[in-house]
Amino acid sequence: MSLKEKYTEEVNAIFEKYPIKRSAVMPLLYLAQRELGYISKTSMAEIADMLELDTTEVASIVGFYTLYHDEKAGKYRMQVCTDISCALRGADKFLHELCDNIGVKVGETTPDGLITIEEVKCLAGCDHAPMFQLQEGDKITYHEDMTVDKTLELIEALKAAQKEDK
Amino acid sequence: MEHFLLRHRDIPDIGKLETYLKHGGFETFKKALTSMKPQQLIDEVKNSGLRGRGGAGFPAGMKWSFIPNNIWPHYVVCNADESEPGTFKDREIMEKNPFQLLEGVALTCYANSANEGYIYLRGEFYQIRNFLDQCIKELETAGFLGKNLFGTDYSLKIKTHLGAGAYICGEETALLESIEGKRGQPRVRPPFPAVVGLYGKPTVINNVETLTNVPLIIERGAEWYRSMGTEKSPGMKVFSLSGNINKPGNYELPLGTTFRELIFTQGGGLPEGRKVKGIMPAGASSSIIRVDDETFDKVMDTPMDYENVQNVGSLLGSASVIVIDDSHDMDWVIHKTIHFFKHESCGKCTPCRDGNYWMMKIVDRIQDGEAVAEDLTLLKSVADQMYGKCLCALGDFSTMAVTSALERFPEDFEKKVTA
Repeated sequence: MSLKEKYTEEVNAIFEKYPIKRSAVMPLLYLAQRELGYISKTSMAEIADMLELDTTEVASIVGFYTLYHDEKAGKYRMQVCTDISCALRGADKFLHELCDNIGVKVGETTPDGLITIEEVKCLAGCDHAPMFQLQEGDKITYHEDMTVDKTLELIEALKAAQKEDK
Repeated sequence: MEHFLLRHRDIPDIGKLETYLKHGGFETFKKALTSMKPQQLIDEVKNSGLRGRGGAGFPAGMKWSFIPNNIWPHYVVCNADESEPGTFKDREIMEKNPFQLLEGVALTCYANSANEGYIYLRGEFYQIRNFLDQCIKELETAGFLGKNLFGTDYSLKIKTHLGAGAYICGEETALLESIEGKRGQPRVRPPFPAVVGLYGKPTVINNVETLTNVPLIIERGAEWYRSMGTEKSPGMKVFSLSGNINKPGNYELPLGTTFRELIFTQGGGLPEGRKVKGIMPAGASSSIIRVDDETFDKVMDTPMDYENVQNVGSLLGSASVIVIDDSHDMDWVIHKTIHFFKHESCGKCTPCRDGNYWMMKIVDRIQDGEAVAEDLTLLKSVADQMYGKCLCALGDFSTMAVTSALERFPEDFEKKVTA
């Protein structure tokens, strides 16, 4: 199903919001990412078509911004900040211990397909390090003042929720 | 001390419209629309000496006065892209005191004869965007935003726009490109946004904290505002304090407060009895201030305002004060900052795109213990060749920590390289 068919009301609202069509590209890309967690080539082509742009142009926007993805990953992307302020408060150690505990390296996904661990730049949560954000489709939540234990508990809760969904 | 920007610390419920209105919220906006001319607002802000809180410190009222009155429409854009490592002040304002910001955006729109205001948030602020959208809806329902406000012929719409993870979009022309649906890459200037801005029209762009000051200045007057802070840097400032510090967080203090007051009195000093080794007062974009037994008192007694921080070899910027203790070496610190700038360079101009790549290669070698003495000269040479040659400030900023670390902390580097 095309984005327009699937999210008709939202697509219309996005187009109404801006004085020019092209401004709709970023919100449309978020819509396209909602369900799969990444933006498919088909969606890029559909967005390009709606905005009268080349697909390449749309793909270049996907490539430019770090919160858009063109490849499948875990249901949740756990994006840990290891930038200077967080690093001064132990973020590197937190990330490594977390990876050791769940048995994946940075960039890898847990075997159940639930979590991909990523290392990211400053998230404006420096006073609550270690911290990370969880990106799920087009949604983001912050998790601050974290410890490895608290994170493992969160992962267990996400697993349980996933099972219930199924 | 009373809070003027982080007002939720005195009035916890100020984030609710009902509470904000109970404390005089939107009375200033109503008064401005029904009894003041836009020019009066511009004059008041100009006289207050309010300087841009996003980092550059440019006088806000002067910025507004550049908007030409023969090209229409005008736009106001609030820069909520807050992405400088060590900065988290705008986030707290938006999460806890959103209506004061929105009243500031509304007043700034009226002052600049704009009927549309945009708030550009970094993509990571997804939840804050949803919250602000909700707040805007409440204001529309309550009649503070919309058509023919308070029976005047003035209409106003405020919209949010969510970025998607790009530090460069805090640069105002890159931000405009992003709203226009393009890759966030800075424009060549001139023309400046005041004349050719959003959708090619005259545009005022101000930071969240700057705009949150506006309702107070219009309500209480420029003279009152000037009673706080210093002569050249008036008003209150939210300092984001992070790094090796006992009580990290935001502190609203008058401009001109000393480092000692912020770090030791407010921030509770350093953990584990460690000593301050370096301070980055403007986040990752800082020249690193060296602190040792000899310079300690001079640095600590320096007032944090746009002028005085220069006397200790750095800049105030967005006042994101990162404290580095004596357990860290500066080659590691610049390894972090260079990786940040390498990732965030937009790729449009060669000195920044390639310069950061080469600097990263060298700092990686230093970290891996594979560098030779010549690498330090090479690193300095790359930084020097980048400085002043980039399209926007990001390129220049990426060299600040590098150049200052090499010059002020040579011992940290010399022990890591082989002759």
